[in-house]
Amino acid sequence: MNQVASVASRASAQSIDVSAMRRHTLWDAALRIGTRAAAITVLLLLAGVIVTLFKGSWLAFSTFGPGFLSTETWNPVKEEFGALAPIYGTIVTSIIAMAIGIPISLGIAIFLTELCPPSFKRSISTAIELLAGIPSIIYGIWGLFVLAPFLQAHVQPVVIAAFAGVPFLGAMFAGPPYGIGVFTAGIILSIMVLPYITSVTRDVFETVPPVLKESAYGLGCTTWEVVTKVVLPFTRTGVIGGVMLGLGRALGETMAVTFVIGNAHRISGSILAPGTTISASIANEFTEAETALYSSSLIALGLLLFVITFIVLAIARFMLYRLKQKAG
Amino acid sequence: MRFIKAASLCVLAASLLATACSKSSTPPAAGEDISGAGSTFFYPIASKWADTYKKTTGSGLNYQSIGSGGGIKQIKAKTVTFGASDKPLSLDELNEAGLIQFPAVIGGVIPVVNLEGITPGQLALDGKTLASIFVGDIKKWDDAAIKALNPDAKLPAIDIAIVHRSDGSGTTFLFTDYLSKVDENWKSKVGANSAVEWPAGIGAKGNEGVAGVVKQTAGSIGYVEYAYAKQNAMSHVRMSNKAGKVVEPGIESFQSAAASADWANAPGMSVVLTNAEGDASWPITGAVFVLVHKQPEKPANLASALKFFDWTFTNGAAEAKALDYVPMPEAVIALVKQSWKDNIKDAAGQPLYR
Repeated sequence: MNQVASVASRASAQSIDVSAMRRHTLWDAALRIGTRAAAITVLLLLAGVIVTLFKGSWLAFSTFGPGFLSTETWNPVKEEFGALAPIYGTIVTSIIAMAIGIPISLGIAIFLTELCPPSFKRSISTAIELLAGIPSIIYGIWGLFVLAPFLQAHVQPVVIAAFAGVPFLGAMFAGPPYGIGVFTAGIILSIMVLPYITSVTRDVFETVPPVLKESAYGLGCTTWEVVTKVVLPFTRTGVIGGVMLGLGRALGETMAVTFVIGNAHRISGSILAPGTTISASIANEFTEAETALYSSSLIALGLLLFVITFIVLAIARFMLYRLKQKAG
Repeated sequence: MRFIKAASLCVLAASLLATACSKSSTPPAAGEDISGAGSTFFYPIASKWADTYKKTTGSGLNYQSIGSGGGIKQIKAKTVTFGASDKPLSLDELNEAGLIQFPAVIGGVIPVVNLEGITPGQLALDGKTLASIFVGDIKKWDDAAIKALNPDAKLPAIDIAIVHRSDGSGTTFLFTDYLSKVDENWKSKVGANSAVEWPAGIGAKGNEGVAGVVKQTAGSIGYVEYAYAKQNAMSHVRMSNKAGKVVEPGIESFQSAAASADWANAPGMSVVLTNAEGDASWPITGAVFVLVHKQPEKPANLASALKFFDWTFTNGAAEAKALDYVPMPEAVIALVKQSWKDNIKDAAGQPLYR
């Protein structure tokens, strides 16, 4: 009697196991197919974007040839288009944004992980997260109505006067103080990339094993030495990743830049002068680009932005590779 | 529970996809609604009219203000019932696409300045001087050319900061078209278009952007639509017109420009009202042109669109004036209606508008 019962229970237990297993395998297969489909979707989307950009920009490239990259003219009336001014503006604003943004972001991240009293930590972290959540149009309006008049009245006249007559720097900070221009766009961008670089670098700084830092402090290292000799070497991949994330945002940012850059298709030696970027030009002009060549030239600008972003990513990869080799 | 959640997500995604597809490929099919797209300048009055029209007749109008260029593309692609453009198409271009155009409403472009000690409307300029300022030849406010036109004004010896539109715009088209008509140098160097290669100055986005930059930059000059200058109490400039008279911008001077044009003999009603004849005419005036197909694929839709425009001609004048637009003169309306009767036919060759 006893035996029979035990056999029956074992059988039922087995049948449960089988059905559970079948369910699990099925679920696993579904997961495998589903995730693979998701991954392939990304590839298809990317390929679709590239094909569309190439097709759309073909007319512009076949009309202007390689001269499209080296011409400053952007004349919708005569239909002569060149991408040099927007490319220049895109790169210069991003350089300014990075030059201001990286030191501040790293400073915040180091302060938060190494020096900050815990009570203060939370409020700074929240402030950074809020900064990341502000829509770019708000940055644009703030830049146009608050930052630009302030720069125009208090900063630019001082800077222009200070560098007047100095070789190179004098030309770099020359011209009437408009308030808006390449420099203002760079400042707005630096504020916009700050939360990205800060939150990534802070997270990777926190991955440094405490035992490494404590050993260094135990050897008598200063905080400066711990940060430069232990924390940064340990986290360089993550830091470069964070910087690249910020750079990507700076290169592609449209709305905020359009408001404050002055939107002039000109290359000027002075960073206080108005300029334009690739994305700002597209946003400004696409709606009214009636002729085929005009639209095609704008799409070609989009393709160029794509290429620039790709080059930046490639350089980042290369830098990481070199660092890895150096570290052995 | 989880299943329900997943299922509802699927349904949501599918419906989103469906709406996305229908938006891109076919016009909105909802009932009798009229669909139009184009000029941003036309949008405020179009939506006001649409609102009142819906209340009185029950049929609605869906107008997307995507810019004149977009409106022209969409009507050519037949995705909307009508397109609206600040810039008239030439007769050749109309015929090629099987379209006709007619003016719906008039507006004006006003130069605005920010100069200490100059009251709104105190400064007067003529076309040549305005062109020389925007081309960058006149650099200071106390230049002899400006002084000659304003002997009584106390003009400061400061740099002129030029502000123009950065986005392609019908406002820019009217402004540059006027400068091209009055100044050979501008015509050869810059030309007229909804976006041009500006020789000098900074670009700001939209009327509000130009107004904002002008307001906060001392010594600046820009140009905005009349309604915008008036509602923001900006310091406007009086202009010397083709007859050599200095005029104030306003409904009367815009209407004078509209009335002076020879609408009846213009091929395809392709009339740009800039630099118009007439003692009282404002020189930078323009009309919004509505584009429709001569032989529409959906005659019923176009018939209701024409009914709407007919209604705006009869009942829309007060609302247009309230928003600082100028209604079309009676004589031009008669011409437009005649053109509808003559040109727009259904498949059987019967006129859609009677």
